[in-house]
Amino acid sequence: MTQLPPPSTKKLGLVIDLDTCVGCHACVISCKGWNTENYGAPLSDQDPYGADPSGTFLNRVHSYEVQPEQGAAQLIHFPKSCLHCEDAPCVTVCPTGASYKRSEDGIVLVNESDCIGCGLCAWACPYGARELDAKEGVMKKCTLCVDRIYNENLPEEDRQPACVRTCPAGARHFGDLGDETSDVSILVAERGGFDLMPEQGTKPVNKYLPPRPKDVMPEFDVLAPYLEPIASDGKGFVGWLDKALSALPGGAK
Amino acid sequence: MHPATSVILFNTFSGLGFGLLFWLGLGALVPTGLGAFIWFTIAYLLAVGGLIASTFHLGHPERALKAFSQWKTSWLSREGVCAVFALLVMAIYGAGLVFAETRLAFVGIIGGLASLGVVFTTSMIYTQMKTVPRWRHWTTPAMYLLLSVGGGALLSNQKTMAAVLLGIAGLLQVYAWMGGDVRLAQSGTTMATATGLGHIGKVRAFEPPHTGTNYLMREFIHQVGRKHAQQLRVITLVLGFALPVLLLLFFFNNHVVAAIAVLSHIAGVLCLRWLFFAQAEHVVGLYYGKR
Repeated sequence: MTQLPPPSTKKLGLVIDLDTCVGCHACVISCKGWNTENYGAPLSDQDPYGADPSGTFLNRVHSYEVQPEQGAAQLIHFPKSCLHCEDAPCVTVCPTGASYKRSEDGIVLVNESDCIGCGLCAWACPYGARELDAKEGVMKKCTLCVDRIYNENLPEEDRQPACVRTCPAGARHFGDLGDETSDVSILVAERGGFDLMPEQGTKPVNKYLPPRPKDVMPEFDVLAPYLEPIASDGKGFVGWLDKALSALPGGAK
Repeated sequence: MHPATSVILFNTFSGLGFGLLFWLGLGALVPTGLGAFIWFTIAYLLAVGGLIASTFHLGHPERALKAFSQWKTSWLSREGVCAVFALLVMAIYGAGLVFAETRLAFVGIIGGLASLGVVFTTSMIYTQMKTVPRWRHWTTPAMYLLLSVGGGALLSNQKTMAAVLLGIAGLLQVYAWMGGDVRLAQSGTTMATATGLGHIGKVRAFEPPHTGTNYLMREFIHQVGRKHAQQLRVITLVLGFALPVLLLLFFFNNHVVAAIAVLSHIAGVLCLRWLFFAQAEHVVGLYYGKR
């Protein structure tokens, strides 16, 4: 049913550290690798080795340049996948009931055998978390690796989403965000974790940790004032040269 | 948003068909026998033809029956339920007129209002999208309803009614465009809120996730087609509203002129619907630094 269940006490989700992410895209690859051969239809590629490659991904890493008012610009790598929203607009728009939110742990999933591929859930998602697979004609999205996290056939350390398991920088964390005492909840509280597009009212479960403030290199070079490269009060030949060059058309004043 | 041909055809022709069914149901014209058969055939061809066109954009049209199940939350599901109900009721009403030359007035009114309900539920599919600020406004359902009843009046040869409704629709469309052009900016959703990085400084998309395109960019970002938007708006107003109204008021005395008015209106509405999608900015575009 596409009616949202009452909020679950268990809210499984990811915490993504924008300070630590190095933008290696390993999470993108491990996600595609696991999910193309496990839960549901494979994640197809179109023209993968040709001139116009395109394909279905459940996790994509953007990179943003942020220019503070003072100081150098910062480059921030930004992984983005389904945020498993508490008030998921993608669930209620579904006409067939294929799109649903699990009442036990809050994971948002698609029952692919009921999906008619109308694309409305992708329209309703502000985050671009859902992609209609061009070959299968059904909607694909992050399952939070539901087939790993409860899978007793896997060693215990592998019972977490593939993206989290593979991240070499430790920038991705998985846990219960409904439990205030869980590691991920403490991390969010300590680092000021935030929601994406809070004004959309989706109440995402996944949180993002902001980049830590950059420190500023103090000026400690005692020789620097003596090495000022541009003479502002040139005398003699240098002074004449400065004036002469400035007088030429296009010369610096 | 990507202006999919199937959805544009559906919105245009089904809107017109259900508009005609609305007037037939309300008894604005009461044809009987063969005449009624022709009128109802036209209305059903438009309404059902549009509905069939709309299934062409589905990934799995063979599962379309499942879409009737979620009417409690989904406007698309409600639209499906409403459409089947309206078509069935109007079929009973039409059968009465064609075969028994009897007008079942109550059935007609129920069917006519249900036909309007189809158009309203269609419009709400778009209006509910918080992700597309341009659509999320009362002018969206108002325009859908006005175009449907106005176009239906034009098709059913009600000169004054059609001229008044299309005149109002034209003016309201100008108002909807003016408001729509600034609604994304007013919505408060920006690259800063999308990334949560606005507190550091000005955010710019540096590198997209992939060198190629993807489903999201094809479906939600349609910048190229907006190039001629202003010219298309003028064409929409002239063909969709001004010309039909002028023909109705001053030249509407034979079938050729009527046909020109109808065709001009259809061309204008096709143009309008193309703009409705092509100009709609989905907030996911912000993640790509695009609108």
